[in-house]
Formats: sequence, C-alpha cells, structure tokens
Amino acid sequence: MTNRQLRIALRNCGSINPERIEEYIAGNGYLSLGKVVTGMEPKQAIQLLIDSGLRGRGGAGFPTGLKWLYAMNSEADQKYVVCNADEGDPGAFMDRSILEGDPHSVLEAMAIAGYCIGADKGYIYIRAEYPLAIRRLKIAISQAKESGLLGENIFSSGFSFDIDLKYGAGAFVCGEETALIHSMEGERGEPSLKPPFPAESGYLGMPTNVNNVETLANIPVIFEKGADWFSKIGTEKSKGTKVFALAGKVNNVGLIEVQMGTTLREVIFDIGGGIREGKKFKAVQTGGPSGGCLTEKHLDTPIDYENLVANGSMMGSGGMIVMDEDDCMVSIARFYLEFSVDESCGKCAPCRIGNKRLHELLDRICQGNGTDADLERLRNLGEVIKDTSLCGLGQSSPNPVLSTLDNFFEEFESHVRDKKCPAGVCRDLLEYFILEDNCVGCTACARACPVGAITGERKELHVVNTAICIKCGACMEKCKFDAVVLI
Amino acid sequence: MKRINTVKELEKVIRNYRDDLVRNTSQDDQEGIALIKVAMATCSIAAGSEKIYQTMSDFVKKRGVHAEISKTGCMGYCYAEPTVEVTLPGREPVVFGNVDENRADEIIESYIKMGDPVPGIIKRDYSTPDQVL
Repeated sequence: MTNRQLRIALRNCGSINPERIEEYIAGNGYLSLGKVVTGMEPKQAIQLLIDSGLRGRGGAGFPTGLKWLYAMNSEADQKYVVCNADEGDPGAFMDRSILEGDPHSVLEAMAIAGYCIGADKGYIYIRAEYPLAIRRLKIAISQAKESGLLGENIFSSGFSFDIDLKYGAGAFVCGEETALIHSMEGERGEPSLKPPFPAESGYLGMPTNVNNVETLANIPVIFEKGADWFSKIGTEKSKGTKVFALAGKVNNVGLIEVQMGTTLREVIFDIGGGIREGKKFKAVQTGGPSGGCLTEKHLDTPIDYENLVANGSMMGSGGMIVMDEDDCMVSIARFYLEFSVDESCGKCAPCRIGNKRLHELLDRICQGNGTDADLERLRNLGEVIKDTSLCGLGQSSPNPVLSTLDNFFEEFESHVRDKKCPAGVCRDLLEYFILEDNCVGCTACARACPVGAITGERKELHVVNTAICIKCGACMEKCKFDAVVLI
Repeated sequence: MKRINTVKELEKVIRNYRDDLVRNTSQDDQEGIALIKVAMATCSIAAGSEKIYQTMSDFVKKRGVHAEISKTGCMGYCYAEPTVEVTLPGREPVVFGNVDENRADEIIESYIKMGDPVPGIIKRDYSTPDQVL
C-alpha cells in the first residue's frame, strides 16, 4: 500500500451524499447490524470487538469491547447507549465532519451497541453549535426508521432500537462522560466521582454505554471485515487508524486519517506538505487543552496512545496544531490554560483555583515579571492539580504547561531571566526600535506617537525612548519604510 | 424507501443500488453519466461551496451536460476548499480544489464535456477499507 492515509472512520465522508440513506446502504450499510442482530449472540459480538483491539477515540483510549462488556454485565430493566458528540477541543472538527458526512455509520454502530449491551434506546449528545450535523442526523434517523433499520423489530429479529438527540450548550467539561450524563438529565454539567462508572449507573441511574463519534464510525467496518482484519492495522497496542484535524502552520491544513504507528514527520511533512513559507518546524500540539507539545526530537515517534503519553502529550480526540519558529511556547501554554480556566466547571478546588493560579503565573512570566521561583512553582502546582482534580479536565489541564516546561525550558528562562521573548510574541517583553538603514526621517512616527516617545530631526534618524513608550504600535503602523521593528 | 425486513432483503437492495451506480459510471459511451460531488460540510459551506453547487447545477441544467450533481460531506482538503469531485464514465474520480465560478465553468466545459485535463487536481493519497486485505 503506497497511500499515506487509510480512511476507515472517514470511509464514506466526502464520498456519499449524507442525506440519502441509499448511498450509505450501497456501501454495505446496515449489513453489519443485520448480521449481528440475526446471527450473533451479544457476548459473541462483544468478543469480536474486544479481539479487534478497538480503543476509544475520544482521547483516553479505553478498550471499547470491554466497555460494552461491563454495560452488558450490569443487570437492569433499562439500559442506554450514548454517542458523545460533544467535541470541544480548540481546532478539532473530526466528529463534526463524520456526523455531517456519514451520519448513518454512527447510527448503525449505536444500534449494534444497543443489541450487545441490551439497550433499546440511544441518545446522541451533540452541541447545539453543530446545526448542520444536527440536521443531517435528524434526516438520517428518520430515513433509517422509515426503512425499518431503526425502530421496532429490526430485521425481524425482535430487537428494537430508537435514537434521539440531546443538545449540549457547548461546555467543554460535558465531553467528560459523567458530566455529559448529568447534562442530559437536565442537571448542571459537572462531573462526578467514578466509580460508579456509567456502565453500572449512568443516565437516569441506569447502565449506560458512552462512546465517541469516531469510535462508533469504526464499528460497522469491524463487523463487516472481522476482528483479524482490523487488528492487523496499526501497532501492537493501538489498532486501526486515527483521524486528525491537522491545523496550524502547515501547508495542507485538513482532515486526515492515518494508521496508528504513522510518524509525526509523515503526517506533518508528507501529508501536511511541510511548514508554511518555508519556516522551521518548532512543535506540534496534540490532545488539545489536555495534551502537550511534541518537538523535533519526537518527529519520528510512531503515533499511538502509549507513545504520545510517554512523551508528555496524549492522543486526545485528534486536534493536531503545528507551530513554527514564530510561535512562543510560553504564550501557547498560556493560551491552552486560559481555555481550561474558562471551561473549568468549578466543582473541585484544584481545577477551579489551581488553574487560575497557574494562569496568573504564566501571565506574570509573559509580562516579564516572572522569577526563577515561579518556574519551580509552575511545575509543582501543575503536578498537584493533575494529582488531585476530580475529573479528566483538571487531571490533564496542566499538561500543556508541563510539557512545554520539559521541552522548551530555555524559552521560559529567557522570559524570566533575560526578560526576552525569543519568538517575538510577548508584547510586554518587546521593544520598538527604529532601523537606521530604513529610516528617512519623515517624522511620521514621531507625529503618531501619543506619548512623545519618538524624537529626531527632520531627514535624520529617529529614536524611540523605551522608558516612555507604551507599546501601542502606532509608529509601526504609520511608517512607510518598514523602519520600525519589534525586538 | 420501502421497509427492509430481513438481511436477504437488505442484500438485494445493496445489489440494486450498486448495479445502478455501475450502470451510470462504467460505460464510456453516450449512455454513461458524469458524477459531480460538491463537498458540503459546515466548513466547505463557509468557504463558498453552496454557491459552487448552485453554479454547477445551473451549468448542468442550462447547457444540457450529461451529469448528475450531488452534495457530500468533508473531503478533508481544508486548504483547497471549495472542493469538487468528478467521476467521468469509466474513469477514476478526480478532485479539483479551490473551485470558483471560472473553474467550475472550466471543469464542466473542458473536463466533463471534452475529457481534457484541467489543472488544480488534488492527488488522492488515501486507501479505503476495501483496498486493505
């Protein structure tokens, strides 16, 4: 196989019309569901999924088959299947694309899950900010019901399964499964302590199996092709493929799907077409606000769950943001942390207060007021937040800070000791300067300066008095000769 | 669509749909029909694909082009939206990137009507499950 990508979860995305069930069916759609409900015992089907090695694509990588087994083993009159479509990482759009491009594969997989765990009701928890995905899902559900592929007595097997949508308001923490379930119940979207796991006590206190969109999209293919087929793809512990939303400073920004074990170099340079404008690669952020930054030395590391964690990041849901030499890693860490501060639900103190303090430390460093002791504090506080937070959000929110500390310590040092931002991003650490070679002495900058910080005779070099300068940038804007620079 | 009650019925439906597809695209004479797919996920629409879909539909109708046009999801080429895939009868699908009104015209007139190559083709570099044994 010479192609760099393998599209399993995205197999129909961009090739079928998502609003016509006929086109999904033409690609063996709903055949896996038919074969499972008419020819397999739930236990047998779950064993197949366990053997395939499929792991959760939402980020943590828990074996999907085991999750189903626990839900099957929980005894109750009513059980639920939930599709987690609360995609919220900055720059990530894998799940939206699948739901907009191939909604039926998710519906089919949910019905298979329902049959296996003993549930007749499924919900898709989707954020209201995805109106097109919602519309296409509604169309897909009604078409599937009309064809008898959802609803009562599917394939005359006696198995019935129905799917409804539940809308989220876009809180990041609701992607955490216990918070998601609380939100579905109309409660505040706050996580709760596990155990009990949703497989024992989930939606309305009943056993509930929650799977991510991309995980589900793989399932019809696994049942069609078999566990052996799937488990041959990928690495020893991470089977199959992963969809990534490749963004940032690469030439070919896009939605890609590669086999587990593909290296970052192949993704960024071969598929992504390298760094824009011929600049130098600096880092790649995976796993969103829960992940970390990987650098040049990780470029040849095969991508799988274990390797990414071992290198201080994580798979996450699939956001992959590439950075070049112009990006300041301290600001990047601060950006992700700001996101976590905003999205923290506030239930536990380490996440609510700890992240806030962590953010203040980073602010101080970016403003040039940081000390060596602050660097120490960053690390200690980060570790404490990780160890003591209630849910996945807090347990992973310091990752962007800790991984940049590990990989780009010298950049933190420059900010703290030399009060310089090497990438030229942190405004407070930069100074305006007028280049002698370019300045013609037109006085435009001096006239634009609101605080009189620029002096110089007509037709002679002008100078910025940095003690007075308020760094508003008016001079730079007015200069027609590119003489004003930030250093 | 009619209710499908058994796996056998589903298999029959699958065969029928496939036959239809093959009939439409495998012949290289006048009978064959070109398939045009316009990527229309939220992001593609934001990049202007709704207009491209309209434009190309109008061209197909007004100029009597032997083609069927449909909407599809994200093709994955965010850097080149709007994207359009064209499958001529008996040929492999081809994806065109950065399609605007002029390029839509060119694709219809040169590629679909005449079969002549048009620049701006995005090389497909992925395999599908069926290609993995």
